[in-house]
Amino acid sequence: MSAASPERISNGISDKRLVLSVREARKAYGFVTALAGASLDLCEGEIVALLGDNGAGKSTLIKAITGIVTLDSGAIELDGRPLRLRSPADARASGIETVFQDLAVFDNLTVSDNFLIGREQTWPRWLGPLGFLSARQEQRQWREHASALSVSHVSPSHEIGLMSGGQRQAVAVARAVAFARRVVILDEPTAALGVRESDEILTMVRRLPERGLSVIIVSHNMDHVVRVADRAVVMRQGRSVGEMDVRQGVQKDLVAMIMGVT
Amino acid sequence: MGADVDIAGKSSGTATGRRDALSIVLLLLQAGPIIILVTLVVAFGLLAPHFISVRNLQNLLAQSAIVCALGLGQFLVILVRGVDVSVGSVIALSVVTVATLTGVDQPSSIALVIYPLVGLVVGLINGLLIVKGGIPQPLVVTVAMLGIVAGVVLLISGGNTLVGVSPAVHWLANGKVLGIPAGALMVLILAGLFWLLLRRTQWGRWLYAVGGNPDVAQWVGLPRDRLIMSAYAICGTTAGIAGMLYHGRTGSASPLSGVGYELDAITAVVVGGASLFGGRGSITNVLFGALIIATIRSGLQQLDVSPFWSSVAIGIGILVALELDVLRKHIENRIRTLRARQVNQ
Repeated sequence: MSAASPERISNGISDKRLVLSVREARKAYGFVTALAGASLDLCEGEIVALLGDNGAGKSTLIKAITGIVTLDSGAIELDGRPLRLRSPADARASGIETVFQDLAVFDNLTVSDNFLIGREQTWPRWLGPLGFLSARQEQRQWREHASALSVSHVSPSHEIGLMSGGQRQAVAVARAVAFARRVVILDEPTAALGVRESDEILTMVRRLPERGLSVIIVSHNMDHVVRVADRAVVMRQGRSVGEMDVRQGVQKDLVAMIMGVT
Repeated sequence: MGADVDIAGKSSGTATGRRDALSIVLLLLQAGPIIILVTLVVAFGLLAPHFISVRNLQNLLAQSAIVCALGLGQFLVILVRGVDVSVGSVIALSVVTVATLTGVDQPSSIALVIYPLVGLVVGLINGLLIVKGGIPQPLVVTVAMLGIVAGVVLLISGGNTLVGVSPAVHWLANGKVLGIPAGALMVLILAGLFWLLLRRTQWGRWLYAVGGNPDVAQWVGLPRDRLIMSAYAICGTTAGIAGMLYHGRTGSASPLSGVGYELDAITAVVVGGASLFGGRGSITNVLFGALIIATIRSGLQQLDVSPFWSSVAIGIGILVALELDVLRKHIENRIRTLRARQVNQ
C-alpha cells in the first residue's frame, strides 16, 4: 500500500485520499450495452450511494468491482494501482468485500459457519480442505468480531435459515465488514427488511468509516440514502450522469436526477 | 430453544409461543427416521414371532449393508442438489470387471482395490459431464450413464455369468465379527469416516454450503465445481464397494448384478430425511433410511405378505418423505416470518 499515489479528487467534494476509482468502464452483453463509459470515485472513509433506475448499469458496475464480470474496456484502480479481477476471490484478496442482493447467506449453515465461510482455519495445514475445523476457535473468532459489529446478540450456533431477514442481513454485513480491508459494497442491503431491521443495518453501515472502510451502497430507498450516504452518484443508460452531496431534503433532487428531468 | 436471538432483543408472548411450537414440529421432523425405524421394528416384532431374533437381525444388517454403502455416496450427491442413477450399473461393472480380470479359479485379494477403482472412474466421468459438460440435469446424465455402463457390462461379460469369488470378498460379505456381519461393520466404519469428513472438515462444510446455495458458494469463492465433482467421484466409489459386497453375497458375477439398486439407494437417502432441494441431511439418518427399507422388506416377508407389496410400501415411503420435506420448508418459512414480524413490531 506504500506506493499508493496521493491523488485527490479534483471537484473539491472531498479532501480525502482516493481509494477506488473506476474510469470509462464499458461492458456489453451481446447487443445490450450495460455500461457505456461509467466512472466512479470513492474516497477513504466515504459512503457513496450509487443510484439509478432499473437497467441503469449499477449492478454491472458493482459486479465488475467484485470480479464477477470482466469489463470490455476501462480501468479500475485501488489505492492508485490498477486492479485486475478475474474472480470474486481476487476481489476479496484485494480487500474488497460485497454483500449481494437477496440475502446472500447459506440458510442451512449456522451463524458462525456463514461468518467464516471460505476463511476457515484447518489443522493440520497440509491436509488442505480435508483438515479439521476447530469449533472452539471459530466461536472465539466470532466473539472477537461480533461485539465490534453489534451483532453479539445473535447466537453463533443457530442455523441462519431460521432467522429473520434482518438478522440474516446483519450477519452478511458483518461477514463483509469483518474481513474487508478497503471497500465494502452493499447491494440493496435493506430491500427485504422491515422498518426496524432496516434501522439496525443502516446504523451498522453508518459506523463503517470509523473502521477506515469506504462504502458503496446501492439502494432504491431515498430516505435510507439520505441517512447514510455522504455523496450520491447517479447512473443512467450505463453512464454516470451526475453526483451530489447528500444532506437532508435532497431526496427530490436525487429522484429528478435519476429520472433525467432537471 | 434457549436464549432468544431477536435483533431488538424483544419478544411478544403469542408469537414466541407459536414459534416454539413450530420449532418442536421441526425437531420431530428431524428425528423422524429413527422414530419410524423403531416403530417398524416394534410393530413387526409384535406381529411376526421370529422377527426380533439374533439370526433375523444379523440377516437384516447384512442385507442392508449394500444399500447403506450405496446410500453414503448417494447422500453426498443429493447434498449438492444432484442425483446419481447410474450406481446400479456400477455394481455390475465392478463385479464383472473383477471377475474378468482376476479370473474365478485363482481369485486374488487385489480385487479388493479394483471394485472401488472401477466405481471411482465412472463417478469421475459423471462429475465431469455434469460440471464441465455443462449439462444441467444430473438425472438425465446419470440415466444415460446407467444405460451405457449396463451395455459395457454385457460387452465385457458376453452375457455370461462367472461363478466364484475371492475368499476375502466372500468373508467380507458373509463373515461375522463378534456376531456382527463383517459387511455391516465395514459399512459402519465407512459411515463413521463420512461423518467425520462431513461434520468436522472444511471440505464437508463447503459441501453443505454448495448444496445450500450454489450461487453464493461461487460468489464467496468456494471451488464449487471441484466440490460437486468430488461428490460424484465418491458416490461412484461407494457403488464399487457395494459391488464388492454384492459379489460376495451372490458368489457369482452376473451382468445383471445390482439391477434396481439405484432406487433403493435414493430411497434410503430420501426416507432418511435428506432434502432433494440440497444442503440438508445427515449420515446417521441415511443409515436409518437404509435400515427402514430392509426392515419393511424383511418384515413383510416374515408376515408372508407378497414381496410385490414391499415395492408399494417403499414407494409410498418415498412420497411421504418428500411431502415431509416440503412441510419442513414451509415451517421454516413460517418461523422466519414470525421472527421478522416480532422484530419490526
